[in-house]
Amino acid sequence: MSYIKRTREQMAARVAQDIAEGSYVNLGIGVPTLVGDHLPKDREIVLHSENGILGMGPAPADDAVDPDLINAGKQPVTLLPGGVFFHHGDSFAMMRGGHLDICVIGAFQVSITGDLANWSTGAPDAIPAVGGAMDLAVGAKNVWVMMEHLTRDGKSKIVPQCTYPLTGEKVVKRIYTDLAVIDITKDGLEVREIIAGLDFEELQRMTGVAMILAS
Amino acid sequence: MINKVVESLHKAVAGIRDGATVMVGGFGGPGIPNELIDALIEQGARDLTIVTNNAGSGETGLAALLKARRVRKLMCSFPRQANSHIFDGLYRAGEIELELIPQGNLAERIRAAGAGIGAFYTRTGYNTELARGKETRLIDGDHYVLEYPIHADVALVKAEKGDRWGNLVYRKAARNFGPVMATAARCTIAQVYQIVELGALDPEAVVTPGIFVTRVVRITRQAEGEAA
Repeated sequence: MSYIKRTREQMAARVAQDIAEGSYVNLGIGVPTLVGDHLPKDREIVLHSENGILGMGPAPADDAVDPDLINAGKQPVTLLPGGVFFHHGDSFAMMRGGHLDICVIGAFQVSITGDLANWSTGAPDAIPAVGGAMDLAVGAKNVWVMMEHLTRDGKSKIVPQCTYPLTGEKVVKRIYTDLAVIDITKDGLEVREIIAGLDFEELQRMTGVAMILAS
Repeated sequence: MINKVVESLHKAVAGIRDGATVMVGGFGGPGIPNELIDALIEQGARDLTIVTNNAGSGETGLAALLKARRVRKLMCSFPRQANSHIFDGLYRAGEIELELIPQGNLAERIRAAGAGIGAFYTRTGYNTELARGKETRLIDGDHYVLEYPIHADVALVKAEKGDRWGNLVYRKAARNFGPVMATAARCTIAQVYQIVELGALDPEAVVTPGIFVTRVVRITRQAEGEAA
């Protein structure tokens, strides 16, 4: 049996499909930002950026870049009609206070109970940086992780217990990988979807932790 | 007559003492008061504790302040950037102290200081390295971490327009930390591109009321793109 892993763009498009009309959504820096390019055109979805924007629009044309209008990844963006600006106190009230329906973030590891590790690999010589990851992890109604299923050397990023420093404990509800879509439920990891050509047993073998197949 | 407008950057940063805690607004490029930082470098205060989101990039602004060895400690959420080599070098050499703070805790600890809140409980960071040793409490079934306010001697903020009472409005995402930092310092110094007559700012739209502001100084807008 053969299969082709989802590309990052395909993963982003897959995540975007699940974002409902009317949602307030924060897209983390890096790969999750791609989700913004795939939001269904017939749905009104309001993007939040932690630096103080609601109603964030796509990247501007090169000649329309405004140095005062950037996203959390410090890339130039636009503001949609109805969009607003606010200060950091308010922005993190939105994030921490349960006002965001969904945040999509990257991860180094997710544990079978939904622990998230995405801010540090714990390498002694690394320059640490955390940003808003810990606030989003505890605050958004739904924390969705978007990541490759395996590390470059083939190890599962879904683990019994995170070995990297935690960002948040029992916070992740769903994982979108290049191989599958997996919910973290009270009964364990529930596989909702597997890419074409890959079966549950093979996914289970590669992941190395117990999973159940959603009915 | 109340007049918080000072006529030079030199006067704007006068009196900042060695050992002071200084908040510096900005997230990425927008909102960084680069002119005030340059004036602070020239002013010469040393042994500073800087409270800010990023640690500067390239060799200008905050990075220049770090390079001039004026900073003892940085309280910051995201020091690592593509071009943060000045900070990176000092950190690796053990020549600067870093308190890494989740960004929302940074904002809220500053807000708490400005609002007279003695401490607060937050779920952010529970059971992570960044909450190690901190008091925790179970509230309504969730674990919370006790966080204390961050007070400052001085806040340097960048706004778009101000008046002589110190009322401020900002521009787009350059607002970021400015309004909360303005509340939390004994002396808040705002740089603005435009000083307007009292009453010219729409009172419904003023973001920082002048009570939070000590000095206002006008600067000239740099060429397009430099602010980034």
